[in-house]
Amino acid sequence: MQRTRRTIGIIALGTMATLPLAACGGGGFDNGAGSGSTGTQAAASGPAKLSVLIGSSGDAETKAVTDAANAWAKKTGNAVTVTAAADLAVELGKGFSGGTPADVFYLDAAKVGTYAQKNYLYSDGDQVDSASYVPSLVKTFTYDGKLQCAPKDFSTLALVINTDAWTKAGLTDADIPKDWAGLESVAKKLTTGSQTGLVINGEWARLGVWLRQAGGWLVSDDQKSMTASDAKNVEGLTEAQKMLKAGTLKYAKQVDAGWGGEALIKGKAAMTIEGNWIKGALAKDAPDLKTKVVELPAGPAGKGTLMFTNCWGIAGKSANQAKAVDLVKYLTQTDTEMGFAKAFGVMPSTTEGIKQYATTYPADEAFVKGADYGTGPIIAPGMDAVLSDFNTKLEGLANGDPKAILDQLQKNGEAALKG
Amino acid sequence: MASTTTAPRRRVRAASGGGVNAGHTLAGWLFTAPMIVILGLFLVFPILMALYVSFTSWNGNGSPFQGGANAPLVGLRNYTDLFTRDGLMRQTFMQSIGNTFYYVLFVVPLQTITALGLALIVNNKFLKGKGFFRTAFYFPSVTSSIAITTVFLFLFGNSGAVNAFLGLFGIHGPAWFSDPRGLFHLAFGAFGIDNPGWAQADVLGRSLWEWLSGPSVAMMVLIFLAIWTTTGTFILMFLAALQDLPEDVEEAAALDGATSWQKLRFVTIPQLRPSIFLVTTLGLIGTWQVFDQVYVTGGGQPGGTTLTPAYLSYGQSFEEFEYGQGTAIAFIIFLIIVALTWLQRRFLAEREG
Repeated sequence: MQRTRRTIGIIALGTMATLPLAACGGGGFDNGAGSGSTGTQAAASGPAKLSVLIGSSGDAETKAVTDAANAWAKKTGNAVTVTAAADLAVELGKGFSGGTPADVFYLDAAKVGTYAQKNYLYSDGDQVDSASYVPSLVKTFTYDGKLQCAPKDFSTLALVINTDAWTKAGLTDADIPKDWAGLESVAKKLTTGSQTGLVINGEWARLGVWLRQAGGWLVSDDQKSMTASDAKNVEGLTEAQKMLKAGTLKYAKQVDAGWGGEALIKGKAAMTIEGNWIKGALAKDAPDLKTKVVELPAGPAGKGTLMFTNCWGIAGKSANQAKAVDLVKYLTQTDTEMGFAKAFGVMPSTTEGIKQYATTYPADEAFVKGADYGTGPIIAPGMDAVLSDFNTKLEGLANGDPKAILDQLQKNGEAALKG
Repeated sequence: MASTTTAPRRRVRAASGGGVNAGHTLAGWLFTAPMIVILGLFLVFPILMALYVSFTSWNGNGSPFQGGANAPLVGLRNYTDLFTRDGLMRQTFMQSIGNTFYYVLFVVPLQTITALGLALIVNNKFLKGKGFFRTAFYFPSVTSSIAITTVFLFLFGNSGAVNAFLGLFGIHGPAWFSDPRGLFHLAFGAFGIDNPGWAQADVLGRSLWEWLSGPSVAMMVLIFLAIWTTTGTFILMFLAALQDLPEDVEEAAALDGATSWQKLRFVTIPQLRPSIFLVTTLGLIGTWQVFDQVYVTGGGQPGGTTLTPAYLSYGQSFEEFEYGQGTAIAFIIFLIIVALTWLQRRFLAEREG
């Protein structure tokens, strides 16, 4: 009797063990085995069905991308579905681990190194005309000597000023800060009552501008080694700390804002350092607020700003890589990119596009100029965790030791770059 | 479900091997089969799959079960790295363990005591409007934790309602959710002790001083939130147990001249021991797995002081694509919970004898 029960138990266990296996075996695992990131698959001759996964800022962006993709589909006789993911990174991870990733997707620059290292990407660098893109963007997306994915759009950081607060403090155009001393003095004048002179997000992606202006940077040019503990970085971070201590610079969180733009909109900041995405937020939440965008002040080593960008990734496991490349080429055409610029305000990634953009939107001049001297994101794999730890330490910058913070980053970064 | 399975079994044993009842066993298995298949398919099997993944360095590119370059077996490295390999990962992991330790240390006793106290009050025969109080206490438990955390974000904002209220008494409240200072550090600070020499010893990648920080101010808010939301459920469990207690025992105690405190201490609470074990165990399991509050408040901010292993496991897996490391963390939480529950069981059982 005992034995019978056990036998049935084993059968039950066996059933539940095999069921999921059967379920897993069916999907896309099989077709993934042969196609590495380099394997060019013969373009399927018939019409293909491509999937595009995007992380959308809103309906306007989703609609613009969908329309552009459909236009390509109509032209080439293929079909495209565009899906806006709620959490792009997680959705992408699910796609890859399940063996059926989207064919084409938005890819955050910070993730490019990790994706390339794990063979997630089909690098299309030799198939797109890399000369047509803004050079600093091409450099950003080059990993292991190859352009991993086509730049989608970009923005740079600039100083956004509330002009009413500016005039109220008795400042004129002549006072627009040209150097660190100038920034300190206007920030001081603009700090009154509940209004802080300069409010930024407390993260390296904003505070990094001081490092660049001091002539330093966190990683070497080829992103193979760390240069965080460099004295120039200490100088830059110390300057930011000086303003934090004086109370003329505050983190957005300290004034109950989610980010610099919100602080500006709520009147808690007279100036902030943000990219051109702030335009959308201003138009939506504060249409009456008068603002002016100027280039960031120069530091001892000259001008410096940071660039933010995304690219169009193509999955190494996509069955329609040739068509995906064609779609990406279409989406990064100057005309298409200018359409995106009109629809949701991003700056085109091609040199021709950015020229047109500068003439169409003269108010964005400062953002466009940043492309000449801006520094792109850090894409080396494994650096994400290191940099988010750096952000954690920067939260306590006001009372911390800039050198100790940078030394810690140096140590963590070296370990991460070693792999 | 339980009664269907056990009833035939007992009869089988009584019949001691007679073949007449064989059909009963089969029927029992048949009736439970749907549940076994569902649980196996969605619970046991995924857990086993995850256990396998924790022994690989799966890169998340395709199935981990085909072996090969995608998911090479690395043995226990994902586990040992967390404890022995000096670096950012160990530091972050140890910080999350420290955070959660303090979280559990505060939440479990407080929620148990609060729930027991409130249950005793609500159970009082002479209390009017019991229904109202029961509903009011239970209400936070049925509300989504995401919604409550979001409301707390507003309440405990720098210029939120809590600080405005404190301001009425001239108290300048802290910037709750962006204050990484540890409670014990603040207490040490009151005595003029700040990062002293005796606390510099390195323990698993963090200095003793960091280990002794106590929960951060931001974590205190989450602790308060957890107590407030979970107490309702535990009140319900205590209430059920209280209403089951035989009244004559209590009357006998009263006749023997026990004061109400003595009645509580020597009659009621000993009888409640099974419920106390249940509540503390459930509390222990729930608190070590805290995730949603951390997710809503920004993934461990400020200064990583609200980071928990459960959130770290998620982040490692789905944001860094280090699935092996992520699942290893999940199994370490599992082991911690099992070990603590076992200890607690022994502790409560010893006093029984």
